[in-house]
Amino acid sequence: MTRVRRGELVLRYVLLIAVLALTVGPFLWQLSTSLKGPTEDIYSSPPTFLPQHPTLHNYERVSETIPVWDYAFNSLKVATANVVTNCVGAALAGYALARLRYRGRRVATLAFILAMLVPVEGIIIAQFTTMRELGLNNTLIGVVLPGCIGAMNVLLMRNAFLNLPYEIEEAAYVDGANVWQRFLRIAVPSVRGTLAVVAIFAFMGAWDDFLWPLIVLSDPSKFTLTIGLNYLHGTFANDERLVAAGTVIAVAPLIALFACLQRYFFRGVGEGAVKG
Amino acid sequence: MLMPSTGPRTRAVRVRRQLPTSPWLFAAPGLLVIGAFILYPFVSTLVNAFTDRRTLIPGEFVGLANFRELLHDDMFWIGLRNSALYVLGVVPALVILPLLLALLVQKNIPGITFFRSAFYTPVVASIVVVGLIWVWLLDERGLVNSLLETIGVGRVGFLSDQWLLLMSAMAVTVWKGLGYYMIIYLAALANVPRELHEAAAVDGAGAVRRFVTVTVPAVRSTMALVGALSSVAAFKVFSEVYLMAGPSGGPAGEDTTLVMLVQRTGTGLTGRVGYASAISVVVFVVTVALMLLVLRADRRGES
Repeated sequence: MTRVRRGELVLRYVLLIAVLALTVGPFLWQLSTSLKGPTEDIYSSPPTFLPQHPTLHNYERVSETIPVWDYAFNSLKVATANVVTNCVGAALAGYALARLRYRGRRVATLAFILAMLVPVEGIIIAQFTTMRELGLNNTLIGVVLPGCIGAMNVLLMRNAFLNLPYEIEEAAYVDGANVWQRFLRIAVPSVRGTLAVVAIFAFMGAWDDFLWPLIVLSDPSKFTLTIGLNYLHGTFANDERLVAAGTVIAVAPLIALFACLQRYFFRGVGEGAVKG
Repeated sequence: MLMPSTGPRTRAVRVRRQLPTSPWLFAAPGLLVIGAFILYPFVSTLVNAFTDRRTLIPGEFVGLANFRELLHDDMFWIGLRNSALYVLGVVPALVILPLLLALLVQKNIPGITFFRSAFYTPVVASIVVVGLIWVWLLDERGLVNSLLETIGVGRVGFLSDQWLLLMSAMAVTVWKGLGYYMIIYLAALANVPRELHEAAAVDGAGAVRRFVTVTVPAVRSTMALVGALSSVAAFKVFSEVYLMAGPSGGPAGEDTTLVMLVQRTGTGLTGRVGYASAISVVVFVVTVALMLLVLRADRRGES
């Protein structure tokens, strides 16, 4: 154990608190703005950090201005669907790539690697025309489909399956377990950690996504939260309290999710960056 | 007692019957999705770039006409300039600052897990939320300007001046990315042998010296990775600038980025799919070039 000198320790905490103010402060300011009543001056200089008479009035008003709860529900639907399809699809495909012997496996692996390298921002117009051809423009299904089985998730699952000792499955094979039984009873339970990472990043990715839903959704009744917020900002830009309330609604669930499941978030960054 | 006869022969038959079909059944959903929604659109972008296709009109082959038009399109050059500037502004900050931050949170002192998590919060938030938070913070009458006025600097038009706006957007990108790359660096730092630091400390090297001679060489391949990831992401910037400058890209569109131009040109009922695809091809080429450039620089540095 190296001992930290006292002066160094103080310096470290000073720096930590300064960075903390910089990273978390903006969220707190947004929260504070959303709780300030209509009579309170939000532009004062020097600024007042705490609302004098905290009120939830702005949250009521934002739901009168845009159907913010419907938007939240749309986001929830999109995110949940994205989690289910990614977990199921990536586990199946990852297992096929890692474990099953068949002709064309290398080609299939290569297809997923290529797909991972394609920059999504560069193909959105073609994705948009594809959706039009399928008649899925302006639907939530259209929002989910392009990312519903991410190539990177497939490769993550493939790596997870490859890291399992093969002997257990071999034993099950000898005992007569067929491929579905080996997959469901042995392989999948052993990669729950990676599956959790895929699930969390699928949820966050869908909940936070902006560019694709912006392109594919045009009917305000179908908006997801991010698109709804952009709309709120564009239309009612002058009322900062409203926009603040809207952003708090959009970010609170994810911060709660992160607070509960942080180690999976951190693991996801490591695996996605290094092995992906 | 009679056991059901599942002798080796019947089992072999069953296994053989599954093998040709089920692997493809496992891989099929994934292959279908990436085929239909990633690889096919990719190929069709390459093809469309040589046509005058529009949203409602199939279009015809026009050769290099789109690319010739790009050369004379001021908006394209503005977009290319801004996206390139974005890389230059954002990447050095995202390679160095998260490393310093990782060093700050690496040592296990009381409360450090709280700080690590807190520093990661901006990564979790949607870019729309982050963009709108900063639009309000940097507003003419927002918090930053209130503070600047209080300390006597006076108000700054962060969101009204073309260049200040672009720089503000870069700062937001850096702010949101810090925690993400910090975690990547933390993983890399965990693999640096502590003895190296201790030996250097015994030799009398100060903190700065140890950083340059021990830490940086030990994590340089991670720095290259972060450089590659962040430069590709920076070149494709869309949301930050879109939210802070507005859909039309700020004063006279001067803050438009390439991806904003793709989005603006190619969507809607009158969207010029062919022309937008040509811009997308430029985005592809530059992203691939950036990635190769960074990774090659890393390899050369190692040898």
